[in-house]
Amino acid sequence: MPGRSDSAPRRWTLGACAGVLAVSVIVAVAWGPVAIPLETTARLLWRALFELPVEGQERAQATIVYLIRLPRVLAAALVGASLAVAGAVMQGLFRNPLADAGLIGVSSGGALAGALVIATGVAAGASFVLPLATFAGALGTAFGVYLFATRRGRTALTHLLLVGIAVNTLFGSLTTLVLSLSHYEVSRQLLFWLMGGLDGRSWPHVQMMLPFALAGFLPALCFARDLNVLTLGEETATTLGLRVETVKRCLLVLSALLASAAVAVSGTIGFVGLVVPHAARLVVGPDHRRLLPSAALGGAVFLVWCDLLARTLVPGEELRLGILTACVGAPLFLHLLLRQDRGQRSEP
Amino acid sequence: MTGPAFSLRGVGYRIGSARILDGVDCEFPARQWTGILGPNGAGKSTLLRMLAGVLPPSAGEVAFRGKTLASWSARERARHVAFLPQRTVLTFPFQVREVVGMGRTPHLERWQTEGEADARVVARAMQLTEVADLAGRNVLTLSGGEFQRVMLARALAQEPDVLLLDEPTTNLDMRHEFEMVEVLASLVQAGVTVVSVLHDVNLAASACASVVLLRAGRVHAAGAPRDVLTADAIRAVYAVDVAVGEHPQTGAPQFLPFRCMPPT
Repeated sequence: MPGRSDSAPRRWTLGACAGVLAVSVIVAVAWGPVAIPLETTARLLWRALFELPVEGQERAQATIVYLIRLPRVLAAALVGASLAVAGAVMQGLFRNPLADAGLIGVSSGGALAGALVIATGVAAGASFVLPLATFAGALGTAFGVYLFATRRGRTALTHLLLVGIAVNTLFGSLTTLVLSLSHYEVSRQLLFWLMGGLDGRSWPHVQMMLPFALAGFLPALCFARDLNVLTLGEETATTLGLRVETVKRCLLVLSALLASAAVAVSGTIGFVGLVVPHAARLVVGPDHRRLLPSAALGGAVFLVWCDLLARTLVPGEELRLGILTACVGAPLFLHLLLRQDRGQRSEP
Repeated sequence: MTGPAFSLRGVGYRIGSARILDGVDCEFPARQWTGILGPNGAGKSTLLRMLAGVLPPSAGEVAFRGKTLASWSARERARHVAFLPQRTVLTFPFQVREVVGMGRTPHLERWQTEGEADARVVARAMQLTEVADLAGRNVLTLSGGEFQRVMLARALAQEPDVLLLDEPTTNLDMRHEFEMVEVLASLVQAGVTVVSVLHDVNLAASACASVVLLRAGRVHAAGAPRDVLTADAIRAVYAVDVAVGEHPQTGAPQFLPFRCMPPT
């Protein structure tokens, strides 16, 4: 039957991605200053999943797995999946493979809010202040950009893009201003935070992130077909029965929600939202019904490995995650582009 | 169904102080091919987009089957009316059959995937526009004419009873242009209402059962091509002097321009 001939291998791809994610999580939990054998890690994770008791000699390892490594790896997976899905949604919405959630000010707004609470010392008061302020800053900025770009109930995407650029530039400079006015020690701490990272992230972060990741991802899946139709242009989409303005508004909210939650947990991490959807599109094609789930899985795998590198590459030292995503992502991206140029998908 | 597919009463459209359409009263008969004609900037595309429900009129009323167009839900309207814009720009490498399949959108519930019946409609639409061989091709690699035919297949996959087309034959070579005309004529035979913006007066004279001739946002004349398309009307609207002949095969009036007139 037409339309089905190629969907079986693509479904297989999705299953393979899920498998790769599971293996990646196990490897990432096993690897660290105290190496835990892979089979022990897998067994401990299995026990955790079904709440089985742990035997005596594995107690110490269990503590490391459950309290330190597993939450951090899960946080990485959630942040990666959220950023990738947010990016995929923005690229579909803007019909532009160069878009990501940063366009509507999520990153710059989150960074500025975070910088303010760190510089003023408010963040030192309680651990929840920084993620909360970052989340509020990111979502608030996205909302502001949206309001600025909306006239009489219509949001012109080109207008949104321009407002986003202006706001990003303004907030970027303000963040640099805060940085330059801060005391040396504070500015160093600030600089580290701005580069993004998952050091010291634990269960509270996972618990904070999970509802937002689900609340963003599951509704986004409902809009997958609408995203496909929107790529034909807003007018054609209207005549295919889409309530275009409503759909755009929903997708912007979902994308902003996902990216804001990610920024709140990890600080600003570039490249994931841009590269992962692009790579996923090369593998499973542009249909958002397959693209969104594979971008989620791909983003999770990508960030789990980047974070693993960040904490193990230099012993006793944490590399900043935001730097690593770019260092790993850019060559990967170039490799994919070269492969694409050799005509992987243009064959009949 | 008797009565016109669309009827317009005092329809106007303005952008700022510019009046693109002004006091347009006309009807588009059901189960016929109506051509919208007029020089560049006469408001042809605007009028068509108004029928498609993409642009709301700033004055007057557009009725579809006797009911204000605005009172139709977008989804309900999409099951009856398909629209093919002049240009579609795609960014992502969808396959031809995926793009044509998007035409099924108004017939599917949010979580429903395309079934056997939908695949049949899509296959038939691709056959009708001769793009079945291209089904697995990346749309970004198609020629302009192939792409145009794929977009027509997309509109046909919607199973519309009204088809609105904005200059459907631009980008097509002679054979494919004529084939497009034949496809549209056969759709009309099957009971579909076709409304198209056309640049080619001769094509309109041969193919359309009725025409609406626009001039500067107003209806200059409307009715059967034989009554509307005269040397005088063309001189008044297009500012071109034409010789009028007859198509040797079909007998339809044909116009051969030979001199520009000073614009009035």
